[in-house]
Amino acid sequence: MTMPSTVAAPLMHTARDERIKRMSKFRRAIIRPELGAICGTVAVFAFFFVLAGGTAMFTLEGAMSWSTVSAQFVVLAVGVCLLMIAGEFDLSLGSMVGFSGMIFALLTIALGLPVWLSILLALTLACALGAINGILVVRTGLPSFIVTLAFMFILRGLTIWSAISLTRQTVVSGMGEAAANDPLARLFGGKVLTGLFQWLANHGVIATFARGARAGQPVVEGIPMLIVWAIGLLIFGQWLLTRTKFGNWIFATGGDPQAARYIGVPVTRVKIIMFMFASLCAAVLGISQVVEFGSAAADRGLMKEFEAIICVVIGGALLTGGYGSVIGAALGAVIFGVVQQGLFFTNVESSLFRVFLGSILLGAVIANTYIRRLITGER
Amino acid sequence: MAVPIVEMIDIQKHFGHIIALSGVSFSVMPGECHCLLGDNGAGKSTFIKTMAGVHAPTHGEMKVNGETAHFANPRDAMSAGIATVYQDLAVIPLMSVSRNFWMGREPERGVWPFRTIDFKMADRVAMQEMSHMGINLREPEQAVGTLSGGERQTVAIARAVYFGAKVLILDEPTSALGVRQTANVLATIDQVRKKGIGVVFITHNVRHAMAVGDRFTVLNRGKTLGTADRGKISADELQNLMAGGQELAQLESSLGGTV
Repeated sequence: MTMPSTVAAPLMHTARDERIKRMSKFRRAIIRPELGAICGTVAVFAFFFVLAGGTAMFTLEGAMSWSTVSAQFVVLAVGVCLLMIAGEFDLSLGSMVGFSGMIFALLTIALGLPVWLSILLALTLACALGAINGILVVRTGLPSFIVTLAFMFILRGLTIWSAISLTRQTVVSGMGEAAANDPLARLFGGKVLTGLFQWLANHGVIATFARGARAGQPVVEGIPMLIVWAIGLLIFGQWLLTRTKFGNWIFATGGDPQAARYIGVPVTRVKIIMFMFASLCAAVLGISQVVEFGSAAADRGLMKEFEAIICVVIGGALLTGGYGSVIGAALGAVIFGVVQQGLFFTNVESSLFRVFLGSILLGAVIANTYIRRLITGER
Repeated sequence: MAVPIVEMIDIQKHFGHIIALSGVSFSVMPGECHCLLGDNGAGKSTFIKTMAGVHAPTHGEMKVNGETAHFANPRDAMSAGIATVYQDLAVIPLMSVSRNFWMGREPERGVWPFRTIDFKMADRVAMQEMSHMGINLREPEQAVGTLSGGERQTVAIARAVYFGAKVLILDEPTSALGVRQTANVLATIDQVRKKGIGVVFITHNVRHAMAVGDRFTVLNRGKTLGTADRGKISADELQNLMAGGQELAQLESSLGGTV
């Protein structure tokens, strides 16, 4: 069927188009959506290594502190990333962090429900609210920006109102004792591998407290559950997106909803499920903060939605959907966590860090735009 | 006399008080390329969307293999073997050729709930089918956005053929393409026809239609002006029918017959 050309008429099965440049394996390996975020991560670590190399930042204790903060961002960023690739935003996620934590605490403290039941109810409610967000967006055809902006206010307002009307305070405490022996709460707070860390401490690999009530115990008791959640969600998100049929539909839904619909992808269902998943991620973060701090506060999660969106964009996702990477989003979250915690370890004027963070954001996003053009042939 | 794969009899479609189609009859035989010509606003899009199950006709009958059919949605039409390749909505540019090829019908492997796409098989088939159509990809992961307009159409056509389309509706596949790309798409149409698939080729370019068409139907202001066989009608006559005759004749004389 070929047109007369320099290529011989019978089509060779292995014939190569002479106009396509051969790409080296190395080039192909590094041209990936996450490249900008990888460079950003390296830059951030190099920067702090120079400025804070001598401080506690790169001790085990320090590393655990910025890992935990990064993990908070990762948990949210995975949900935001998948939702953004499906072509939607959810600005109510920060409010959802506060709301689900507050619902969890109120059900336990004010209504006296068992902790495990409160957790399940809070997660279910978060899913339902995510579904409502999604259904509203899909049915009305309004931009998700507007619909979820409304929910950002509604949920924040409900959080404060429910806390004040039931307990006359905006901070509900006493959750630490309540959750102490609950089987499900252990999944959201506490630490794992404590035995390993104690063993390492006993053998002098990690430092121990020299005196006080905890003398002899390791300074780092174990890995916080939030980090486990972050890693778990990261693996799940990456697997879902890149390996499964549903992941293919997520890309298609964000890439071109009409084309996807014509070829038989259930675009509406995909979007609603992604809204639910993002809400669920926010609720996991909200609940684990409550278990960790022993209290729920009405202002938890403020601005978290924007920070998560920034993480995802640093990670190479396209704001308009159809393109992105969960690993990239997680790296974006690590950049955020490291920079935020790095503040405590260096004596550099803190305002300069904002300059630094802004530059990283801008640099990563500009780099991402070029990388994406290389991969997708956008012009 | 063979039975047409799809036959549309006296199809009417009204949108509120607008009559988009007022009695259109059309049929596609296996292995033929039936060109549907018409100027902008003639009702071509409405007509093919009716055939593809997007719109339900207000009046008229549809037959698939001689039996009456009703399509509630595009999926119904697709499972009846009617595949449509829309001009701009054929493929998703940000995604790879292989992912586009299998979109909505991804081959899976593994045990539920750990089922994943069988990329090995998907990539191999996509590469093979594209190369049958004369397009050699660098790799199956190549994004569709890196392909030319004609190649994108070909991805969609190859996909429809692979998944067993009996009728392929091509909505203005050549209207946004350059000369060489157009030639490629026309050659692809010819290839598809040889497999016994009926092709409905929508265009307003008479020359493209004459290049591959077996029969020609002209649509003007929601009506068919008749169907002509290949060799029984000239390009000029088709052109005039499309534009509604006289006005174009006048225009043409002032332009020196270049339209």
